[in-house]
Amino acid sequence: MSGHNESILREPLITGDNITYAKITDDILMPVENKPNKAWWIGFIVSALGALLWVVAVSYTFWNGIGAWGLNKTVGWAWDITGFVWWVGIGHAGTLISAVLLLFRQNWRNSINRSAEAMTIFAVICAATYVVSHMGRPWLAYWVLPLPNQFGSLWVNFNSPLVWDMFAISTYFSVSLLFWYTGLLPDIATIRDRAVGTRRKIYSIFSFGWSGSVKTWQRFEAVSLILAGISTPLVLSVHTIVSMDFATSVIPGWHTTIFPPYFVAGAIFSGFAMVLTLLLVARKVLGLENYITMFHIESMNKIIILTGSIVGVAYLTEFFIAWYSGSEYEQYAFINRSTGPYWWSYWMMMTCNVISPQLLWFKKIRLSIKATWILSIVVNVGMWFERFVIIVTSLHRDYIPSSWAMFYPTWVDISVFVGSIGLFFTLFLLFLRVLPSIAIAEVKLLLKSASEQAKMKQIKEGHENKEYVAEYIESLEKFDSVKQEDYAKI
Amino acid sequence: MSDIKYILGSFGDPDEMMHGIEKLQENNISIYDVYTPMPIHGIEAKLGIKRSRIDIAAFCFGITGTCCAFALIYFCAVIDWRVNIGGKPSFALPDFIPIMFELTVLFCAFGMVLTYYASTHLFPGRAPRVMDLRATDDRFVIAVDAKDNAAHTVIDGLLKDAGALEVKYNERKYISYE
Repeated sequence: MSGHNESILREPLITGDNITYAKITDDILMPVENKPNKAWWIGFIVSALGALLWVVAVSYTFWNGIGAWGLNKTVGWAWDITGFVWWVGIGHAGTLISAVLLLFRQNWRNSINRSAEAMTIFAVICAATYVVSHMGRPWLAYWVLPLPNQFGSLWVNFNSPLVWDMFAISTYFSVSLLFWYTGLLPDIATIRDRAVGTRRKIYSIFSFGWSGSVKTWQRFEAVSLILAGISTPLVLSVHTIVSMDFATSVIPGWHTTIFPPYFVAGAIFSGFAMVLTLLLVARKVLGLENYITMFHIESMNKIIILTGSIVGVAYLTEFFIAWYSGSEYEQYAFINRSTGPYWWSYWMMMTCNVISPQLLWFKKIRLSIKATWILSIVVNVGMWFERFVIIVTSLHRDYIPSSWAMFYPTWVDISVFVGSIGLFFTLFLLFLRVLPSIAIAEVKLLLKSASEQAKMKQIKEGHENKEYVAEYIESLEKFDSVKQEDYAKI
Repeated sequence: MSDIKYILGSFGDPDEMMHGIEKLQENNISIYDVYTPMPIHGIEAKLGIKRSRIDIAAFCFGITGTCCAFALIYFCAVIDWRVNIGGKPSFALPDFIPIMFELTVLFCAFGMVLTYYASTHLFPGRAPRVMDLRATDDRFVIAVDAKDNAAHTVIDGLLKDAGALEVKYNERKYISYE
């Protein structure tokens, strides 16, 4: 494993000069093994109030039916499906980081995959609640399953993308949960073996009796790789199917073949933005600067530029094809989107998703934590508007002008949405307290090859090409967790 | 003979531990198992552990999922209750593919992970069989069966030469049982 050194040209993935295996465990388990600080409590109370609002709003919807929302007979889908697609999209980055980056052997994923996967699971929970609420009679939610019934063996319609979506989302949720939990086992065992009393008993149950023997690890790695291999097409299929909920209909503005790739790119785009929103704060509050470095942040920003640009190209293509199709309904749908009564939401989407992420081409902005954090929120706002634009502006002016209508959210619509954000953050904050936010075992793998201290040793041994060393030292300038003076004398 | 059941060489560095394994093997001392806080690449070859066949299991579970999904949809939509949708054929294979794919992934993931848990004896509430509590933290532990290998001082010496920070003599196999 550490038989050969990594190329000196690669930036370090763990910084700091005194990192040992024990220190990695101590640093990562700090929030789990100690009482939470004030910042955590403030965040938790605010999010828990949001989650409470969510409980109230969802219960109100269940009790009164979806008439509690601002829907009307023209706009039959609005904030609910917007929220659903938004949350599912956010969830995608977790799988992308844990599965796709594993297949591509991107080792920088090792320190962000755990929290990104947790984020996936919480985001899909938020998304699923929208689907259930949207059913109107949630106690009949099992009707989406192909169960034998007393209605003359009438089955679900297997030709419907909504049924595919049910299979896709439930597979996605359960497989992500399995992937996440299996990866957590060795880390739960670490907590278990350091704890005493009741804590040890609890973590012992959840560690499934993990021992860390050779065979356990060997199978663990095989399982992780295969799960990554099957999760990669899975994550692409999920948002493809979500997009087919729209694309297989004959509504102008929805009926386009570009939707699957466009939705998948948008999902990754918004997901990485949410990972940054969460991790930039977590990194600071939990003191994880040595593990989630500026290199990680820059890499994620690069993915945001890429996916943001793909989304931008998709918007333009969609517009062009609407004109080129020669279909006046299709053309009207797009003219109405950009200049009709909802022009502000269209231009909000364009600004937040296409224009502002281009600022990340500037190295200064890409490497500024504040700017990155603000841009990550801008992207999430933009992606919410993207779904709103696709859904509401395509529906609100349908074929007969007498039935044209506007959509106005009620307090319930707003509370379900704001509340779901509260629920998401509540779950995430609880996760940070009870489980390690970074995959301990996977970060330990990097210590001897990709850490700053290993590279320092390589430089001191003096076998490295001088130019390469100079380039490496120059690349360290962006790191806020590296002591520059250590390199001045070399 | 004493009550010592296992001799544990506790290393602080994976490369030194690998070196320790080599040393023991050169002296024909059999290794019971090795406990580490992270996967060690190349250790299976050294200890002569066969490759995991879990990928074969995964494939079988996956293909079962594909077949189950096809059978379910075909039965429901083609045999049991044909729905006339604009006169289109009931056996619309392209429409079956998304669910067939999803169930392939679902069966493969659950089948494989449950096989993994079963074959490695992992399940909620299982008493952890731990020989050294630091093996999940910062120590790389080689366990040698003391009954099978008589020359304890030789083992002790070999482990320490290879760089073991500590050599422990466990009178119980697993120290984690309370």
